[in-house]
Amino acid sequence: MGSALPLGEPAPADGLLPASAADGAAHRAFGVYLHVPFCRVRCGYCDFNTYTSAELRGARQTDYAGHAISEVRMSRRVLEASGLPPRPAQTVFFGGGTPTLLPASDLVAMLGAVRDEFGLAASAEVTTEANPDSVGPEDLVELAEGGLTRVSFGMQSAVPHVLAALDRTHDPERIPLVVGWARDAGLDVSLDLIYGTPGESLDDWRRSLEHAIAQQPDHLSAYALIVEEGTKLARQIRRGELATPSDDLEADMYELADDLLGRAGFEWYEVSNWATDDSHRSRHNLGYWRGDDWWGVGPGAHSHVGGVRWWNAKHPSAYADRVTAGVSPAVGREVLDAPTREIERVLLATRIREGIDIESLHTGGRHAVAGLIADELVDAKAALSGGLVLTRRGRLLADAVVRRLLDDSSVE
Amino acid sequence: MSPRAVNPPVPAATDPALIRNFCIIAHIDHGKSTLADRMLQITGIVSDRDMRAQYLDRMDIERERGITIKSQAVRMPWQLGDTSYALNMIDTPGHVDFSYEVSRSLAACEGAILLVDAAQGIEAQTLANLYLALENDLEIIPVLNKIDLPAADPDKYAKELADLIGGSPDDVLKVSGKTGVGVEELLDRVVERIPAPTGVADAPPRAMIFDSVYDSYRGVVTYVRMIDGKLNPRERIQMMSTRATHEILEIGVSAPEPLPTKGLGVGEVGYLITGVKDVRQSKVGDTVTTAAKSATEPLAGYTEPLPMVFSGLYPIDGSDYPELREALDKLKLSDAALVYEPETSVALGFGFRAGFLGLLHLEIVTERLRREFGLDIINTAPSVVYEVTTEDKKTVTVTNPSEFPTGAKIAEVREPMVRAAILAPKDYVGTIMELCQSRRGTLLGMEYLGEDRVEIRYNMPLGEIVFDFFDQLKSKTAGYASLDYEPTGDQAADLVKVDILLQGEQVDAFSAIVHREKAYAYGVLMTGRLRELIPRQQFEVPIQAAIGARIIARESIRAMRKDVLAKCYGGDISRKRKLLEKQKEGKKRMKMVGRVEVPQEAFIAALSGDTEGKEAKKK
Repeated sequence: MGSALPLGEPAPADGLLPASAADGAAHRAFGVYLHVPFCRVRCGYCDFNTYTSAELRGARQTDYAGHAISEVRMSRRVLEASGLPPRPAQTVFFGGGTPTLLPASDLVAMLGAVRDEFGLAASAEVTTEANPDSVGPEDLVELAEGGLTRVSFGMQSAVPHVLAALDRTHDPERIPLVVGWARDAGLDVSLDLIYGTPGESLDDWRRSLEHAIAQQPDHLSAYALIVEEGTKLARQIRRGELATPSDDLEADMYELADDLLGRAGFEWYEVSNWATDDSHRSRHNLGYWRGDDWWGVGPGAHSHVGGVRWWNAKHPSAYADRVTAGVSPAVGREVLDAPTREIERVLLATRIREGIDIESLHTGGRHAVAGLIADELVDAKAALSGGLVLTRRGRLLADAVVRRLLDDSSVE
Repeated sequence: MSPRAVNPPVPAATDPALIRNFCIIAHIDHGKSTLADRMLQITGIVSDRDMRAQYLDRMDIERERGITIKSQAVRMPWQLGDTSYALNMIDTPGHVDFSYEVSRSLAACEGAILLVDAAQGIEAQTLANLYLALENDLEIIPVLNKIDLPAADPDKYAKELADLIGGSPDDVLKVSGKTGVGVEELLDRVVERIPAPTGVADAPPRAMIFDSVYDSYRGVVTYVRMIDGKLNPRERIQMMSTRATHEILEIGVSAPEPLPTKGLGVGEVGYLITGVKDVRQSKVGDTVTTAAKSATEPLAGYTEPLPMVFSGLYPIDGSDYPELREALDKLKLSDAALVYEPETSVALGFGFRAGFLGLLHLEIVTERLRREFGLDIINTAPSVVYEVTTEDKKTVTVTNPSEFPTGAKIAEVREPMVRAAILAPKDYVGTIMELCQSRRGTLLGMEYLGEDRVEIRYNMPLGEIVFDFFDQLKSKTAGYASLDYEPTGDQAADLVKVDILLQGEQVDAFSAIVHREKAYAYGVLMTGRLRELIPRQQFEVPIQAAIGARIIARESIRAMRKDVLAKCYGGDISRKRKLLEKQKEGKKRMKMVGRVEVPQEAFIAALSGDTEGKEAKKK
């Protein structure tokens, strides 16, 4: 998630949610996101809320798990006091930053707190992101034994000059090793790739895809690089040291990924995500796109429960101070009204293969469907049976599709 | 000579023999206003304390640009020997767009000061006005100004002036409006050389209107020069062109503030206020007489102002349309030459088609709309008036390319022609001739003025001049060339209308009437510009230039292939939604041409030739 916090109203100190948040909660899955805001070095493209030891200003990495656990305990009390029914966590996701910079025991302890407070569903998906650099075979065994089911490696590329442009320090040769260790530990494996890095050619990208596919992961994400304001990469581009990739090249790269992954037996299930089968889709991430509930733990983490979105204090030390004092770490929130929730529903659900039930759209959106079929942006066959599902071309133009679906439907 | 008149003549009772009516002919920045200011000070009618720079130029735009748009007249006393005289200085607009107004101002005078910058020499517009002055039999007093400047070369330019108007270089007065040097001698010379007005005192009154100014407090102030007879307060006057009658509420002279008098007699210059609210009721060149003792013959030389250049005026923000209408209605009160009617454009929305005397007039009107009314406006490419005859013998007057007949076969198109005079240092002759040739000019002649300056005369289509000719001329001559032109009639020409089509839909604002040989170049230019400026759409967009159904140039905007945010997780969602809301807001400012969404800025940039818009597109 981008590091700049949105503008919203202040969040109350007790963290309590308005009554509306509980409506329909029984029908929504519940997940927990645990943010780990530490990195050994900051990568040039990254604007996530993460800190190197030099940037921590007194907040100690070793104390972090304790603070996060305090928030997990607080979250259960807040949800209960706000009238939400008790729900076991269907998914847990450790993201960062670099979660594997913490000892595996810290992650296991944090997961333990979730289990204690909410319970874990029988088939719960528990994922951690991992940097190929900072994880060893013992760590992976310990995580698996502690209840994790899945690991997502930040592979990014298999091409050294591309990794260098991204400031990634790992050796691409390490990928087969870490994937092998994860398999041995019994974990599902996902690989994250980035395309459109300055200097990356279509052939470079093909090499990365082939290398990733050769590892036989269960799941693969491929993100076009987003040049975020304020990053080193943005400065390098502004100074003309690096060239921005063209949209056309990125489109070629996306199509190549979809071709190669399709041939290797992967199916897209979200604009930037592919899996070998339904069971290996990231259920945690699907929760975001389906409008489910999740509690985000940690500095700068975002949460969503029943149309209320909130976000925590960004800096680890500010976060630690609030949690230690028993005050909600949330600093801002938005309570979405019905039209806004509908906009979000359409903009999120359009991205996934499950798509949207055309009947559920406003009149304007329904009227837009024929044009979207004509422009080959949505799948005609699915549309004829009532579902709106993007074609490959539509996935590349998903934001334009969303604008057309929402045109005038939310204006009146 | 004496700086102050002992016994200033009283208005309404001044012997014509004591009156001198004169104007100053000068190029824009040759210091006319500064010299006029100095005269006001030296004759004592404006105290040093009240003096402000360029006293006579009332409008802010005038003062800022140092040019005079509207003329005025000032009565100044002056003593020569034992006699006190009344000098009427009639200020003239300096630009060719206002040549009719210039000619009427000249007709109100018996003499003219030909004022030339001693560092620059005479310019084309000055030559044109000098020509008009000689045609009106005015006595010319040649004067070099700015002799205090280090770059001044009075000897060289005195010779140039003497060569032009005859006489000896020694007759050329040398002054500095800035320091006042030579101004007293100049006033003496005005009395000595310029003939006194003549007229019949007991004839039915005839006064010529040489200017008409709208004042928001007093209504229209009409400036007149009395030819015959006398006008009195409270008298009922009649405009001879329309026969309309009005009562004189106030009559007076400018000194330079309005000073009511007991009337105006033969040869005098002053103002009338009748309470009318629109300058069209008091037209420049018209003859004023009285209802009671009406003259039979109007004074010669009156014509209706005729717009020569047309352009569409559109508010950048469509919701400003009513304000634009109101602003034009107000401007019209003070600008008799401004005409306009509502027009709609696919690309630009609701606006007005307006007619102007020339390019400067257009520029002044748009500038006033911006400045005085705070309106953000865009004007379409200026066009001239074409007479199009179809094979079924019907003739259509076309002031807008959209009126160009499309159904019937065209038999003939006639376009307005001008005689253009360009003055420039001789080194630029080749460049200038090349430019004029490329604009379908025919060389009429060339003359050296002094040793190193040349006057080049061309017969050219006005349509070529209004299409950035002056900018080109300036940029190709490092700003040294000056231009003057006057209408000379029309000619048949092989002109066609080129349309620009976006995905098969015509974009009206870009249609242009051009010479057949230039149609291709125009088509390539506009399609190329639009390709750069219009953002990619979800589908390929062909951009074509066409004459009728025939495509002469083609470009295309390739379909956009990627428009998706790669990552959309927890914290991205609010951000993504806000971006979407912003895009929706942005869409409201888009103009739809068929299915193509075009940002208004792209149209504006294409119209103004501003390819900087490219940058905006990338953002």
